[in-house]
Amino acid sequence: MRRTVLQNAHLIDHRGDHGKADLYLRDDVIEGIDLGGEVAQTIDVAGAVVTPAFIDLHAHLREPGQEVKEDLRSGLGAAVAGGYGTVVSMANTTPVVDEPGLVTEMLSKSEALGLARLRPAAALSRGLQGKQLTDFAALREAGAVMITDDGEPVKDAHLLRRACEYAAELGLVVQTHSEEPGLRQDGVMNEGLVSQRLGLPGNPVAAEAAMIYRDCEVAMLSGGRLHVAHVSSKRGLQVVEWFKAQGAPVTAEVTPHHLTLSDETLEGFDPVYKVAPPLRTHDDVAYLRNALIRGVIDAIGTDHAPHTQAEKERDLLEAPFGIANIEVTFPLLYSELVANGGLELSTLLDLLQGGPARVMGWQVPTLEATRAADLVVLDLETGRRVAPETFKSKAKQSPWTGQVLKGWPVMTFVRGKMVFEREVLSD
Amino acid sequence: MSLHVKATLMTEQEIGRALNRIAHEIIERNKGADNLALVGVHTRGVPIAERLAQLIHSFEGVMPPVGKLDITLYRDDLTEIALQPVVKKTEVPFDVHGLRIVLCDDVLFTGRTARAALDALIDMGRPAVIQLAVLVDRGHRELPIRADYVGKNVPTSAQEVVKVKLKDIDGENGVELLEVLP
Amino acid sequence: MTPAITPTVPERASTQGKKQHLLDLQEWSAEEVWALFETTDVMAQVMTRTIKKVPALQGFTVGTLFFENSTRTRLSFERAARAQSADVISFATGGSSMSKGESLKDTLRTIDALKADLYVVRHQAAGVPYQLTRWTDAAIVNAGDGRRAHPTQALLDTYTFRECSPGFDGFEGKKLTIVGDIAHSRVARSNLRLWTKLGAQVTLCGPSTLLPHELEQFPGVTRCFRLEEAVEGAHAVMALRLQLERMQKGLLPSLAEYQARYRLTPEVMALADAQALVMHPGPMNRDVEIDGELADSERSVVERQVANGVPVRMAVLYTLLVGRQ
Repeated sequence: MRRTVLQNAHLIDHRGDHGKADLYLRDDVIEGIDLGGEVAQTIDVAGAVVTPAFIDLHAHLREPGQEVKEDLRSGLGAAVAGGYGTVVSMANTTPVVDEPGLVTEMLSKSEALGLARLRPAAALSRGLQGKQLTDFAALREAGAVMITDDGEPVKDAHLLRRACEYAAELGLVVQTHSEEPGLRQDGVMNEGLVSQRLGLPGNPVAAEAAMIYRDCEVAMLSGGRLHVAHVSSKRGLQVVEWFKAQGAPVTAEVTPHHLTLSDETLEGFDPVYKVAPPLRTHDDVAYLRNALIRGVIDAIGTDHAPHTQAEKERDLLEAPFGIANIEVTFPLLYSELVANGGLELSTLLDLLQGGPARVMGWQVPTLEATRAADLVVLDLETGRRVAPETFKSKAKQSPWTGQVLKGWPVMTFVRGKMVFEREVLSD
Repeated sequence: MSLHVKATLMTEQEIGRALNRIAHEIIERNKGADNLALVGVHTRGVPIAERLAQLIHSFEGVMPPVGKLDITLYRDDLTEIALQPVVKKTEVPFDVHGLRIVLCDDVLFTGRTARAALDALIDMGRPAVIQLAVLVDRGHRELPIRADYVGKNVPTSAQEVVKVKLKDIDGENGVELLEVLP
Repeated sequence: MTPAITPTVPERASTQGKKQHLLDLQEWSAEEVWALFETTDVMAQVMTRTIKKVPALQGFTVGTLFFENSTRTRLSFERAARAQSADVISFATGGSSMSKGESLKDTLRTIDALKADLYVVRHQAAGVPYQLTRWTDAAIVNAGDGRRAHPTQALLDTYTFRECSPGFDGFEGKKLTIVGDIAHSRVARSNLRLWTKLGAQVTLCGPSTLLPHELEQFPGVTRCFRLEEAVEGAHAVMALRLQLERMQKGLLPSLAEYQARYRLTPEVMALADAQALVMHPGPMNRDVEIDGELADSERSVVERQVANGVPVRMAVLYTLLVGRQ
């Protein structure tokens, strides 16, 4: 038995603000509050917030096959640096995660690393080809928690219908990347005044809204649990809201970048802002932000999508889609939405903890005794500059480079062990 | 840093007399005004060429054609300078081939402008002769160039500035020696 | 809630008002364009002499960096450089063999080892000339980037109008009509920016599938689907080349229908101002977007556009290179 105490912790979980106390951990679980007694390790967190570690339902960790962009070590290392204790990895790797053996291998590899807990998603169709379903039952058996072809929309509505039906039977969540291919075409940014000004091929909001509509109808028809990934637009989210009002079994997530950046960022022609779905207009950003307050968004998913520097130094047609953000998600959203916005801290935390858990049907994490000691310590006071060269992720580029943010995770515990500690440097 | 007038080198009358003399010399050296053309270097060489042409006309009854030459594209310091010179139009409305050309400028100093003007002229054709007329020769040559007709030779120091003022451009006629004050 | 944060756009041009690059015409003021025209006049004069060469850019090196083939534009720039005695290095990467797998930055760094003072860049992707300015000290001239801009084309088009329009008295109150595939045209985008900057009104005309509605939000720009209406009272009418592959992408029903509705003919031109000019950036599909006879008529200044390409580009090179530290 090994006991650890986090002294002077400002304890917050979804039940509320519990004020200052000492939090005791025993092995990999929470033991209780202000217990006293002998401990092996005492950590004084000096009044910082201690709260359950975050859950990301949407990260591209690139292993297997694309380790030049990211691997489990760097990706899960980046996750704990961002305060995440659990990460759902996307299946669009090389090879695609469409076989149970790959799931097993990834799980054993990640457990040996002892960083964040990996919860792999499996592909919906073999090879993400959109033609034949993968073996959902065997994949679930191996440890896959979600079914998704993310990166690609499911073009064939019939295939999606069968996937939802089958997944419902097995209690799996189906997640969709909803963009109608015929409308998306070869668009590299939001279609609108800015894309016309920049002469870049546009991807209209209609591509997202139309596909969300189709995907939600299919979910209603099949009775399956559908999770709509990275909703980027006002119209897209309005479709989700409309279906939710009908009682459809639908949840939705938004990303940190769609909550903070608009299509005008492309004016400088930097592919660091090239992402799918694309960054939309100020109006869309404002609508998504307001939707967080109104409580119609279930979770924040990072869509952490690392690429190499060289890939992001190509032209805007060739550069790959994706933003690496898992390490800055909380400080970014805390600084822009809580400290300078109108969002309650408790709402933001819930979108990163309880929200994702509820989407997956998992127990909502709390600081109660016997619960997993997956924790993050947040420094809400110190401003630190976003410095991609210090990222644990292999992707050393960021749309927020140089911005001074508050709310940085300073320690992360997974299974009672400290898996991340930030060097105490500030500026 | 400012410029201050140190001395008047030529008055209006002296300029007039100098141009008169140069016009006579041009006629004498070229044995008349036939086949003669005057080309002024932008900016102050132009009115000098025009005045000389009129004088030659009044003495000989023949009006030599006058051209304007901008030498900017022929300068030898374009890779080095920090300020971009404005390029002006060259107007030489006659074929220079076989003509006896008198190149006119206000001041002869390093000789680099004259060199550029020679190259510019030769790129337009093959004149029979090119001669150089200047109102003031202030010395300090950096190239083996000399004037055929000089209004006035003025010994100067390299820090001094010779300012020629001509009515068409400056509203008055006169030549001044200026000094740079720190 | 506060609006989204947009980081400031990286600096693209100008220290102390001196132009560092020609990326698009937004960064150039009307005064700077007029000054460029004056310089172009001098360059045009050089091109009429027996010896079509001046030593102005001796010692400078111009690199032409064409990721997308365009022999005409490249030759025009190279002529403009050599006519001023600059050295020219050409990188015609043509297809993609050079750029595949290599970042744009690495490609440029490799080429930049040859130390050119200015690069003329043509690329299929919008924004590449902007990206390159981050990785080199050399000046960048955009010779066409994707659908975005082709500033020297717009400069030579406006210069040609200034030269050929009878009794030219400026661009104020003038109407330019551009007909064709506006959506995919960098020539249209650069021209509408420049003509409106100089005071003209621009009418864009074409089928709605090739005429994005957002362009109407640009000041001085109107959108029109009927050719007759668009041409009425115009002082210049520019037909754009129709890429014949547009039919396959479902953007046009048929060539015949396009020709019937949008081909520029002498009959349509009768609706324009009596002295209106007919323009085409080339290469022409004769009798597709423009009637062959009209292209050869007195109203047509297509040949002047081609001829003015060299002096305009000479002036651009001179303006960017001389006085550059």
